[in-house]
Amino acid sequence: MSDTAIPSGPRKPPITAVGPIAWAKTNLFSGWLSTAVTLAMGYLLIKLALSFIDWAFVNAIWSVPSNAQGPQTQACRDLRGAGACWAVIGEKHRFMLFGTYPYEQHWRPALACVLFVVLYIISAIRSFWRWELALVWIGMLTAIGILMWGGVFGLSYVPQERWGGLPITLILATFGLAFAFPLSILVALGRRSSLPAIKVLCVLYVELIRGVPLISLLFMASVMFPLFLPEGMNIDKLLRAQIAIILFAGAYLAEVVRGGLQALPKGQYEAADAMGLSYWQKTGLIILPQALRMVIPPLVNTFIGFFKDTSLVLIIGIFDLLTAGKTAIVEPAWQGFGVEVYVFVGAIYLVFCYAMSKYSRGLEADLNRHRRR
Amino acid sequence: MSATATAEQIASAARADAPPAIELAGVNKWFGALHVLRDVNLAVAPGERVVVCGPSGSGKSTMIRCINRLEIHQEGRIAVEGIELTDDVRALDAIRREVGMVFQSFNLFPHLTVLENCTLAPIWVRRTPKKEAEELAMELLARVKIPEQALKYPGQLSGGQQQRVAIARALCMRPKIMLFDEPTSALDPEMIKEVLDVMVELAGTGMTMMVVTHEMGFARQVADRVVFMDQGEVVEVGTPDQVFNAPKTDRLKLFLSQILRGH
Ligand SMILES: Nc1ncnc2c1ncn2[C@@H]1O[C@H](COP(=O)(O)OP(=O)(O)OP(=O)(O)O)[C@@H](O)[C@H]1O
Ligand SMILES: [Mg+2]
Repeated sequence: MSDTAIPSGPRKPPITAVGPIAWAKTNLFSGWLSTAVTLAMGYLLIKLALSFIDWAFVNAIWSVPSNAQGPQTQACRDLRGAGACWAVIGEKHRFMLFGTYPYEQHWRPALACVLFVVLYIISAIRSFWRWELALVWIGMLTAIGILMWGGVFGLSYVPQERWGGLPITLILATFGLAFAFPLSILVALGRRSSLPAIKVLCVLYVELIRGVPLISLLFMASVMFPLFLPEGMNIDKLLRAQIAIILFAGAYLAEVVRGGLQALPKGQYEAADAMGLSYWQKTGLIILPQALRMVIPPLVNTFIGFFKDTSLVLIIGIFDLLTAGKTAIVEPAWQGFGVEVYVFVGAIYLVFCYAMSKYSRGLEADLNRHRRR
Repeated sequence: MSATATAEQIASAARADAPPAIELAGVNKWFGALHVLRDVNLAVAPGERVVVCGPSGSGKSTMIRCINRLEIHQEGRIAVEGIELTDDVRALDAIRREVGMVFQSFNLFPHLTVLENCTLAPIWVRRTPKKEAEELAMELLARVKIPEQALKYPGQLSGGQQQRVAIARALCMRPKIMLFDEPTSALDPEMIKEVLDVMVELAGTGMTMMVVTHEMGFARQVADRVVFMDQGEVVEVGTPDQVFNAPKTDRLKLFLSQILRGH
């Protein structure tokens, strides 16, 4: 444009290019159309936020009186939806969280949930990623099993049919992913195996499982599977659902992992071979560490999907968090307060899923440090 | 000059008695219907430096990759240090421990630091204690003149530096034989020399080397013999002088004229 500018060392960028005002100017108010859209959206957003605050806080009813006939929810009904009736949560949260587990024993599933969260936190810390972590998992899961079932250490026995709510969701998700993930790695490796029998087996597994909806798999697990078992043998319903979820998640995760394996240049395999590494050394030290890092985003996407899909077990009569929530408002006094219950249950799902998503982003940045210059 | 040549000849005469470091006898290989190695016969004596050249697609890479079984030959016999390459896994492991390989595209492990790249195989394959492996790695990184990069990741290095790390990594296994497949072809001109210098120095240590390269200067400087391949055949073998200055076949003459024009 002009050749009069004489380079004279580094300069600060012009004032108009940095700072929040500059950002707003270029991104929100760059022309009359953009300004109009910004104003319209801003108006809508503020209006929505205000009416939500009205509903959730200003007009909300936090508790209702109770008499011999049970809770008196007339005050809530009089609101006609103008405000939330959080009383339903206060009244029913124990049922939503723990289902039909004996009321006076609720501390046991509560402690189990805390143990799960502790387990997640420990597993998330990278300096703990050593083989001893497997022992921690075994110990924790055993402790959770003892808490839930009881029958030892003076804890009363609680049959699995009475478990419900959040522990069920966490059990299905945790065991599901803890078993499905290693399974998926083996299947993904198997699909690339040079042994035709293994390869065919893995392809069949993935294609068969991916070809049917999870719901039909769950039905099969609960209705058909017992028919194949020898007379008198009975696997509990939760375990059957758990196996169905593991198999289903395994097939999906295997395809994600395979994507990572395929993205790895052939030279990496060759260099490892040329150094004399064995198949498992090559796979464990060179291939998987690189392949898995590449697929962290789709992997976590699948994890999150399956965390929520555990709620499908409701169709075979297992009481997970969402089903317990639905059941809580069957009682006549609380009928019609579904929104509050779903907001509550949704918030719990959101906390877990958001934590996964947030953690994975950090992990991805951390593990891919070597890509940065 | 002539004195060293005589000494060299005496040395290679002495080597002739020892079993060859690498021996290919009647080797044939096909990719599908494509006949890529045609009755290849070649013996490399211990301590000998052989440069392989030839036009693109002539089977140079395939031949060198058959020697550590990255490719599998279908006919003939390949033996390394007297061990024949067969389906026997133990023989293959033994051979891969003795043979280091350097690739055109470096193939460093990007998720490991330079030092970890170098210590991985000694620790896992040779079961060398970690500390010892690290000492050896630092020594060899110093020899390829990049000890200060040990804790960086390969992605943070230039191409020339990466290839020197790849050479150090292969040397960390204390191989008896080093294979190079066009080690400088992926490099910018100013980096070629730093890699060749390292290879010349390595040749000075008496390492058995088989190098696929079109660097004629390097071939003249270090090669005991030059092998010219075309269309899967070994067409001519001789000293650099014989091959470059007195080509016997038309195919080699044509190749040399193209190479010279290209440079
Ligand atoms: N994995 C493979 N599958 C099929 N054909 C192959 C494969 N690898 C190499 N070829 C073919 O075999 C022939 C020899 O290839 P090779 O890589 O050995 O040649 P080269 O002499 O190393 O050539 P360049 O100088 O280009 O590296 C070529 O025609 C090539 O296309
Ligand atoms: Mg080649």
